Amino acid sequence: MTSLSAVERLDIYRWMYRTRRFDEVMVSMFKQGRGLGTCFSARGHEAVSIGAGWGLQPEDFAAPMHRNVGMFMLRGLPPDQLYSNYLGRANGTTRGRDANLHGNGDLSRNLIGFISHIPQSLPVALGTAMSFRYRRQPQAALTVCGDGGSTAGVFHETLNMAVLYEAPLVVVLENNQYAYSTPVAEHTAVSELHFKARAYDMPSQVVDGNDVLEVFEAVSAALTRARAGKGPSLVEARTMRMLGHAIHDGAEYVPDELLAHWEARDPVVRFRWWLQEHDGVGTDVLQELERTETELIDQAFAAAEASPFPDPDTVEAGVYAD
Amino acid sequence: MPTDSHAGNSRRITYLEALAEALDQEMARDPDVLVLGEDIGGEFGGAFKATKGLWQKYGEHRVINTPMAELGFTGMATGMALAGLRPVIEMQFADFISTAFDAIVQYAASTHYIWQGAVPWTIRAPADGGTSSGPFHSQNPEAWFAHVPGLKVICPGTPADVKGLLTSAIRDNNPVIFFESKTLYRSLRGPVPPGEHLVPIGKARQARPGADLTIITYGAMLQSALAAAEELAGEGIEAAVLDLRTVKPLDTDQILEFVKATGKALIVHAANRMMGCGAEVAALIAEECFEYLDAPVRRLGGLDTPVPFSPSLEQAYRPDADRIAAAARDLAVW
Repeated sequence: MTSLSAVERLDIYRWMYRTRRFDEVMVSMFKQGRGLGTCFSARGHEAVSIGAGWGLQPEDFAAPMHRNVGMFMLRGLPPDQLYSNYLGRANGTTRGRDANLHGNGDLSRNLIGFISHIPQSLPVALGTAMSFRYRRQPQAALTVCGDGGSTAGVFHETLNMAVLYEAPLVVVLENNQYAYSTPVAEHTAVSELHFKARAYDMPSQVVDGNDVLEVFEAVSAALTRARAGKGPSLVEARTMRMLGHAIHDGAEYVPDELLAHWEARDPVVRFRWWLQEHDGVGTDVLQELERTETELIDQAFAAAEASPFPDPDTVEAGVYAD
Repeated sequence: MPTDSHAGNSRRITYLEALAEALDQEMARDPDVLVLGEDIGGEFGGAFKATKGLWQKYGEHRVINTPMAELGFTGMATGMALAGLRPVIEMQFADFISTAFDAIVQYAASTHYIWQGAVPWTIRAPADGGTSSGPFHSQNPEAWFAHVPGLKVICPGTPADVKGLLTSAIRDNNPVIFFESKTLYRSLRGPVPPGEHLVPIGKARQARPGADLTIITYGAMLQSALAAAEELAGEGIEAAVLDLRTVKPLDTDQILEFVKATGKALIVHAANRMMGCGAEVAALIAEECFEYLDAPVRRLGGLDTPVPFSPSLEQAYRPDADRIAAAARDLAVW
């Protein structure tokens, strides 16, 4: 069933709930006009971010994307620092240089930042995997791309090279049904997205992206395989983008029935129920956990809002490394 | 004090031999240096043989043959560089670099500014024309990259500089685009120190002294400018030649110093003149030392067309020593 202990499973729920709360507060604040620029909701993607991120070791490299706030937090970026980045503050991860989760790289955490050209993270993550191969270190690199990203040429270039070089890379293909307003069936003729990996003889599988334990088991096995020198693989995690592309987008183009279908499979609610049914976790324990996390997130946003903007005199700092 | 490598007693080797020597010496010195690119693995040694022998010496581990996927392998090099390696990427032709544009100008160039991730790779890009190689094997695309914050752009014009600057580029902690003149690969020979040789990035060099005007140039046009200056000297016109060597960062101090001393400036590059790097140099002079000018700033560059194939057309396209001399004469009598 699962290789995780009951304590770890409850901890996974804590991180999923934290991810959900982070997102809810963010969306609420942006709607109140207390945000800056735009933001991309991760609602519905909690099981992918936490399930995939849970199998990572600190020495592995991770290159998440704009709906993987849970994975960024798992890698050690504190929520207040992340919110500060959303608000353009000096203590944000990018020191006011980029917005929301963009550019949240931190080499002390083996965390690779992404740019708005999402599929560009794929070859970069491959390069970090190649550094392990170069140094003969038994580690792996993980990156996430969307269904939209899987149509880009660089996706195919990366998969081809990853297999060619037997790189320890795991690609999580987060299929959330839409690339902005375009549904999967309108942007690719391939019926199953993970089939794309097979064109390059890369092992691939599909998992229920709203089942955190299923995501964890598949990605964790792929990471173990990569670390053992057995090459790259791809895991397609099927989920649903529950809100629009970004905060401005009401996503009127998404059919109500589709949202209802996925709402009934909400990854956070579903895992909460699972813990009660299978691990016998009491409602009081869950409520206390949720209260603690809600408090933590509220404090994080308040701390970010109270943080200063960067000094304009620093605008030219850091274009070049010494 | 470093000796002037251009005037020393060093042995004379070709531009291509000098760059191959830099690659070999840096790979021997630092195990984190590796090379990757199309057709560079195995016995073949690359389209221009710049990497010949490296595969035999350092193995496929450090000499990585890539598929025809410039965007993918440049992004891959960025990941390797973020992880602390020092990849040297060979673009088979500088013209193909546009295929990797996102990986260079969007990702690698912005990473340090945004999240302090250093990207210490070097792209070696065989550029330049004059050899009837047609529109897609003759370009000098340095201006595309000189416009991008976060990149360094180097265009060496001598064997000594190609070795010294490539060594500096490999050791630099930023993404560096290194435009080699493939026209000079085998045609230009010069003194090159055999041992470790470093030339600082961003420093121009006086290639010839002169009091009447300054020819500001870089890359393959350096040789044409020197030939023109030699011809002019026979006519009593003393043209200084300032070799920029690096176009980003630009050595603004020396440009201004030379223009102030001579009062006249002729800027020459092989790339097309329109919006080329020479425009920035001309603007700098106009803004910073207008009162020292005795004549308008002049620019020579390629025409605003794709680089044509046929010799008669390419000669019409590209500046040469005769045209440089003619423009200098006009300035001298202004």
